Amino acid sequence: MLSPFFLEEPTTVAEASSLLARHGESAKILAGGTELLLVLKERLATFERLVHIKGIPGLAGISLENGKSELRIGALCTHRALEKDPLIRSRFPLIAEAERQIANVRVRASGTLGGNLCFAEPHADPGTFLLALGARLVLQSARGSRTLGVSDFFVDYFETVLEPDEIMTEIRVPPLSESAGWSYHRYALLERPSVAVCVLLEPDPGGRHIRSGAISLGCVAPTPVRATEAEKKLVGMALSEVGRHALEIGREAAKAGEPLDDLYGSADYKRELVAVFVKRGLVQAAARMEGAKR
Amino acid sequence: MSLTRVAQSLPLEFRLNGRHVALEVKPHETLLEVLRERVGLTGTKLSCDMQVCGACTVLLDGLPVSSCTSLAFEARGKEVLTIEGLSDGRKLHPLQEAFIRCGGFQCGFCTAGMIMAAKALLDEQPNPTVEEIKHFMKGNICRCTGYQMIIESIQEASRLLGQPGKEA
Ligand SMILES: Cc1cc2nc3c(=O)[nH]c(=O)nc-3n(C[C@@H](O)[C@@H](O)[C@H](O)COP(=O)(O)OP(=O)(O)OC[C@H]3O[C@@H](n4cnc5c(N)ncnc54)[C@H](O)[C@@H]3O)c2cc1C
Ligand code: FES
Ligand code: FES
Repeated sequence: MLSPFFLEEPTTVAEASSLLARHGESAKILAGGTELLLVLKERLATFERLVHIKGIPGLAGISLENGKSELRIGALCTHRALEKDPLIRSRFPLIAEAERQIANVRVRASGTLGGNLCFAEPHADPGTFLLALGARLVLQSARGSRTLGVSDFFVDYFETVLEPDEIMTEIRVPPLSESAGWSYHRYALLERPSVAVCVLLEPDPGGRHIRSGAISLGCVAPTPVRATEAEKKLVGMALSEVGRHALEIGREAAKAGEPLDDLYGSADYKRELVAVFVKRGLVQAAARMEGAKR
Repeated sequence: MSLTRVAQSLPLEFRLNGRHVALEVKPHETLLEVLRERVGLTGTKLSCDMQVCGACTVLLDGLPVSSCTSLAFEARGKEVLTIEGLSDGRKLHPLQEAFIRCGGFQCGFCTAGMIMAAKALLDEQPNPTVEEIKHFMKGNICRCTGYQMIIESIQEASRLLGQPGKEA
């Protein structure tokens, strides 16, 4: 049973922010509730007041902006909306593919992207692929607004830079070129992922070599992390060479994590999974690039 | 002022299995509590209480949700479908028919949720592959059947629903 709380239903971001500022620690934003209601049920925290933001118009859209190339996702978009959206499926298939694998149908129908990021549960998916994609997160309050990269947003386990009166309003994703190669691999032993790996490769103009590569790892550190040393090894590599080096790059990437022994698996096991997922991811991403050339 | 002492009541009007329902709810009341304890529809079951098992699955505007972890007030203006709303009272719904025919349940505790989730699947994808069934039904747990007969039940229901004139 949930303990009683007072419900606020603001209709603007400014109003929601003022309510949060006024009530401080005793108030909390409620979006899809898939995390917050469990926290309340488990009595891990109690709040006198929940500020329900789903009634605020304009926070659940999906559109292309800035010359029709940048993807704008409203923070209240559900995982299901992202999985099914035709625009995302055609222009950002990586997002649709990753979203499809999150949780179960019911959590996907209720849980929002903003709620996922703001809760900062380390065993999660979106932070990982948004980090590889170079997404920017827009935080708004009655005081103004700021835009941050994913790595500047997450601080620690369950901790972000979000101020108590700030609301995440949108997630902006730079264009994903059609010639890019991508992959998303995750393994979930329990409900949430044990390990998640996202690979994104950009070709050079000739299309036969890698201009740059992003490898991001989820669930193996307090926040999603980029495997920068491994990424360096990809620069200039011929696509035909990727398969031969994939495992070695995977092993390098695994060093970027600091996994813990926990219910989701031992630290050694997770490191091994990272290496294998990076290997598979590189091969798959390179194959997609070869496919895109034709 | 301690808010827990303030008794906030919210008017809630929604359609439940095709019928209009109007009542007052507290913000913290779950949809499951309202369905079972206020409206008396006990077909929907409570098990894990944490969005994992699916025993409490109902359809909210056609989408499967965990009623255990959905707040009742959010059903405002929406259409809720529970297991009680599937059959017209005389003839079973093809999904119910198929679960009986194929042995898709034993103790039956997961069944209402299984059938509601399967309804959402078949509404979206009338002829799902086994892979699609497994993916969609992944969040509905059954400790009795071993799942094979549930998959067969859903395939059977898909066939039954596909036969013209056999729709419930
Ligand atoms: C059974 C189960 C399985 C799951 N599996 C996965 C999985 O596989 N992968 C995965 O990534 N996640 C998983 N999750 C986590 C899932 O809850 C999140 O993905 C979900 O999207 C959270 O969003 P919400 O809208 O429900 O958040 P809420 O519960 O409403 O909010 C979460 C937190 O964020 C804050 N918040 C919400 N929205 C905003 C906003 N716009 N601005 C500022 N603060 C905000 C709230 O105050 C709260 O503290 C799972 C959850 C469950 C219960
Ligand atoms: S009782 Fe709601 S998901 Fe298990
Ligand atoms: S029939 Fe017993 S839990 Fe499924």
